Amino acid sequence: MTTTTLSPVQHEKPVPTRSQPRPFGLVRHSLALARRSLIKTIRTPEQLLDVTLQPIIFVVLFVFLLGGAIAGDTHQYLQFLLPAILVQTVVFASVATGVSLNTDLKKGVFDRFRSLPIGRSAPLIGSVLGDLIRYVVATLSLTVCGLVLGFELVNGIVPALAAVVMTIAFAFCLSWAFVLLGMVLREPGAVQGVAFLTMFPLTFGTGMMAPVDTLPGWLQSWVQVNPVAHAMEAARGLMIGGPVATHVVWVAAWGLGLLAVFAPLAVRAYRRRT
Amino acid sequence: MTGAGRTLGGMEYAFEARGLVKRYGKTTALAGLDLSAPQGTVLGVLGPNGAGKTTAVRILATLLRPDEGRAFVGGLDVVKDAAKVRRLIGLTGQYASVDEDLTGMQNLVLIGQLLDLRKSEAVARATELLGEFGLADAGARQAKTYSGGMRRRLDLAASLVGRPDVIYLDEPTTGLDPSKRDDVWNIVRGLVKDGVTVLLTTQYLAEADALADEITVVDHGRSIAHGTPAQLKQIVGGQTILARPADPARLAETEAILTSVSGRPAESPSRGVVTVPVDGDAQFTEAVARLAQAGVSVTELSLRLPSLDEVFFTLTGQRATDEEAA
Ligand SMILES: Nc1ncnc2c1ncn2[C@@H]1O[C@H](COP(=O)(O)OP(=O)(O)OP(=O)(O)O)[C@@H](O)[C@H]1O
Ligand SMILES: [Mg+2]
Repeated sequence: MTTTTLSPVQHEKPVPTRSQPRPFGLVRHSLALARRSLIKTIRTPEQLLDVTLQPIIFVVLFVFLLGGAIAGDTHQYLQFLLPAILVQTVVFASVATGVSLNTDLKKGVFDRFRSLPIGRSAPLIGSVLGDLIRYVVATLSLTVCGLVLGFELVNGIVPALAAVVMTIAFAFCLSWAFVLLGMVLREPGAVQGVAFLTMFPLTFGTGMMAPVDTLPGWLQSWVQVNPVAHAMEAARGLMIGGPVATHVVWVAAWGLGLLAVFAPLAVRAYRRRT
Repeated sequence: MTGAGRTLGGMEYAFEARGLVKRYGKTTALAGLDLSAPQGTVLGVLGPNGAGKTTAVRILATLLRPDEGRAFVGGLDVVKDAAKVRRLIGLTGQYASVDEDLTGMQNLVLIGQLLDLRKSEAVARATELLGEFGLADAGARQAKTYSGGMRRRLDLAASLVGRPDVIYLDEPTTGLDPSKRDDVWNIVRGLVKDGVTVLLTTQYLAEADALADEITVVDHGRSIAHGTPAQLKQIVGGQTILARPADPARLAETEAILTSVSGRPAESPSRGVVTVPVDGDAQFTEAVARLAQAGVSVTELSLRLPSLDEVFFTLTGQRATDEEAA
């Protein structure tokens, strides 16, 4: 421990460098706060287990356990599964923002943010942006895992990147719903619980594991409107070939709709929660 | 008082709260609280657990809306002009408000950037503050590795990044050892020299006495006494010398020496301890000398102000702590 003598705080007088409001405050403040989230994630990498190890385990399990039964051989099944599981992982990762904000809110540091002259939405936007890193890490670890197991990018790299961008953009929009949950519910555990309940129909009510036409009728009607199912089909189309355009339209419409509804609601709930 | 050329819109009070009421369900946290401090002064808000100190600070810091009453900082309404008020204030909350995963430096730079400093300015300001607060060597370490005292100092530094005119310190020394407490006291004194107005909440009369120009005693969400430390001490009793002779047989002798130093009778004696009211530090020095002369060795000898409990007992006739259950 350091022992130090303190000199009283001496501001040179007259007090000059008082900060002046500068333009684009919301953007700058949000980015500064996003950087904070990013630093926190890097300092506690164990938070990234759910976007690194977990999806890899899923891929390996599904490919070798079900591949033979569903697709006849594991390589075929890997081609079918990987784009979809990428979407599932990234979409699942969007829950974390709500959970971590809920934890953060109780700490004094959010009181400090609230006492500063920054836009009310800046801490929320900052967290959501900072968590983009989770989506990127998820994508990278699955890609590496896929390539190791022999996944082929049939259409080349650019369409695959487009699929990743689409998926991340959708997860970004969806994460606002979980931010709202994080603002409304009391405990991080509750946020996680409720979010997972909505996640299962979203990610498993899809053609992720088996072709849609093998599903029962009622499930097929859900798949037809489920944005995550469309994102999975679009990602497949882009990575291994197949229809893309209609699926992307579905994803974009849902994404913008979710953003337009949940982002303002989340900011409002944050303002109220004092 | 004008300090360092600061004027808060020419207002008489740097901050002022009138009739604040805040309820949480059935609990009334504030029941019509008034608080105010002229520019460049320290207002001590003294009260037991649950008195409403933190609630009042949070309202003045724009974190909480009062149910009734109004509060102004630099003449600006904390509810209607919250955004402008936030440019004038710095807050060190009761519970550490630094980010433990960030380094000391990163914490301060972040606050600087949120206060619209350019990156280079924010780094310069952070470096300056880390130096002033004896954290220069620890600046590159995560705050979670800091000791309690260092964390408090970082917290204080963080509330000063924007050179605020009004600073709220909510129990800044609770849980600190005496030397760390002195560090914080010196920081507060330095701020006042620069013309900053400080609201300091505390549970210790001694702390309010050491720092505050005026003290408001709060209980059950309202002010039950207000005045300068001298005025308050007149009501609740000033300093006393407490002595415990090593040899209990010399109690009477000890009492005789102390009463002759102070010229006042001893307070009702209790097991092996003599307590005598005195008029100032000088008499304490004299008492120490006279006891030594007489060869009376003591196991305990102190100059003390009434505890919060004693203050409350005098002011309300009730113990401060019986409220916890309510
Ligand atoms: N968010 C809240 N919900 C419910 N009750 C609350 C809340 N915040 C404060 N209270 C209640 O309001 C009263 C005043 O609390 P406050 O924290 O202002 O006291 P305090 O003087 O700061 O106490 P301490 O010295 O323990 O910090 C207490 O009875 C407390 O239980
Ligand atoms: Mg408190």
